Amino acid sequence: MTEGATQVLGERRPREPLLEVKELRVSYGAIKALHGITLSVGKGEVVALIGSNGAGKTSTLRAVSGMVKPAGGRITLAGADVTGLKPNLLVPRGMAHAPEGRGIFLNLSVLENLELGAYLRRDRAEVTKDAEYCFSLFPVLAERRKQQAATLSGGEQQMLAISRALMSRPTLLLLDEPSLGLAPQVVQTIFRILREVNGRGVSILLVEQNAHLALALADYGYVLETGELAMAGPGQELLASPEVRRAYLGE
Amino acid sequence: MGAASAKTMPYWARGLAPLLGALAVLAMLQWIFGPMHFFVYLSSLVGVNVILAVSLNVVNGMTGQFSIGHAGFMAVGAYLSGLFSLAVKELNIRGLPATLSDQLLLLAAIGVGGVAAAACGFLVGLPSLRLKGDYLAIVTLGFGEIIRVVVQNTETLGGALGLSGIPQRSSFYMVWLWVFVTVLVARRIAGSSHGRSLWAIREDEVAAEAMGVDTTGYKVRSFVVSSFFAGVAGALFAHFVPIINPGSFTFVKSMEVVVMVVAGGLGSTTGAIVAAVCLTLLPEGMRSLFLRLGGEDASLAQKVDQIRMPIYGLLLVLLMLVRPQGLFGTREAWDVLPKWLSRRGPALKGPVA
Repeated sequence: MTEGATQVLGERRPREPLLEVKELRVSYGAIKALHGITLSVGKGEVVALIGSNGAGKTSTLRAVSGMVKPAGGRITLAGADVTGLKPNLLVPRGMAHAPEGRGIFLNLSVLENLELGAYLRRDRAEVTKDAEYCFSLFPVLAERRKQQAATLSGGEQQMLAISRALMSRPTLLLLDEPSLGLAPQVVQTIFRILREVNGRGVSILLVEQNAHLALALADYGYVLETGELAMAGPGQELLASPEVRRAYLGE
Repeated sequence: MGAASAKTMPYWARGLAPLLGALAVLAMLQWIFGPMHFFVYLSSLVGVNVILAVSLNVVNGMTGQFSIGHAGFMAVGAYLSGLFSLAVKELNIRGLPATLSDQLLLLAAIGVGGVAAAACGFLVGLPSLRLKGDYLAIVTLGFGEIIRVVVQNTETLGGALGLSGIPQRSSFYMVWLWVFVTVLVARRIAGSSHGRSLWAIREDEVAAEAMGVDTTGYKVRSFVVSSFFAGVAGALFAHFVPIINPGSFTFVKSMEVVVMVVAGGLGSTTGAIVAAVCLTLLPEGMRSLFLRLGGEDASLAQKVDQIRMPIYGLLLVLLMLVRPQGLFGTREAWDVLPKWLSRRGPALKGPVA
């Protein structure tokens, strides 16, 4: 079964669609980063987007979250057309983006970072509750709540970045390389928490270089190659496919 | 303006109460200092620089954008308010005593200057603030120079000779009233959710955007506010100096304000105030010092205006070596001073520490 040039493996468990991306194209000046990719994330689903450097993973995420304007295509969130909307309009609709390289506010304390994550919300009491929820997810952050974020380790910073994204109470969480530059054990912890967050009904679109971990977590996965979707399929089946094993798992 | 008393007041009164207090205090000071002409002149100069520094701090400090064309906006305010005042020089608002009518017209002139500068700020800021990084610095630098060159070559603005005959209606009272308003607005911005967005933009623009901060919108807004007060400062300036000419609004003036903001600590309103006061009084202090040293020979004292720039530069280099975050860093005097005082010794450890 193929869909355009995309090789599609296995059957996808049907779900109510949350995010639908159709023929998305992104260019930076004359350089075309994405040549029309189509993907979707269902309600409560974890979807992984894997691929090598420069394949367009981050571009896809940035276009979905409104950080870059798409050159073409359509993005729908919970049935509403949100193509070209800026993040300040997407965040209230339930989309949160933890950008590549964490991008936490290094000069502010852990708690202040979380408060800024809830920037568009006006329900103070609930915000405090959500901050406590984040602290329960990552107890190490609770110990450091008054500490300046710059003094956190790489793993703690990544935990903070994820927590901050959760503070806007998203229905869809976009994560850009949460495993970047982290020790394997820390990565294990973070992925375990992501599973837990997903269990609470948050859909996740995950961009990763670490294909093994990402596909193991994901319900569904897409493989991106030079701006085009090469493969799609349930996480386990992609993991088992010889092409993926050869290209991304070094076998 | 204690935090505790502010909380018990209704929302609308929170801005009004300190303003009324300031009006009364200023009226008293005006009554005491009014007749002292040199003092009024010098304090007006200080006041104008405080307005410039505090307003530039909203952009350079709180928002983390780098504007180096504040003198341009000041010039717009000075010239347009000057033209307005020249046009209504002979006018008297019917039924009002002459002094009151003059002051109302001055207020109108200041409004004209401020709004014109704010409009320029919007036009300059909108295209350049959409971009990230150093574009704003380049564009504001260009804007400042364009304004100066245009003024220099426009006959109706007096060309290089400058605009003279603007009624000298400014007073100690008017200048410091605006200083107060500027500081009040700056502090209110810092403490509001608007201030939080600016804070986020300063710390990490990409992250701020990802969290849903309308980065361009907030940057443009803070730039417009900053330009408005630069225009007000220019308007006030035009109404107490005998003549305004393009030489008063050069790049050097812009840099002077930047130095004040950096020296006071980027993001610190009180720091900007302290630095503006010190750096305005410094040349005057040098003047009287050189006069005393030189005795009959006054040539050194006359050169103060040329000597002060290298001294500013030296001060800035020293500051960057010793205290790169500026006087108060991003914090305010009341956050920092109690700590400094308590470090001086246990004797000073009061209830604040």
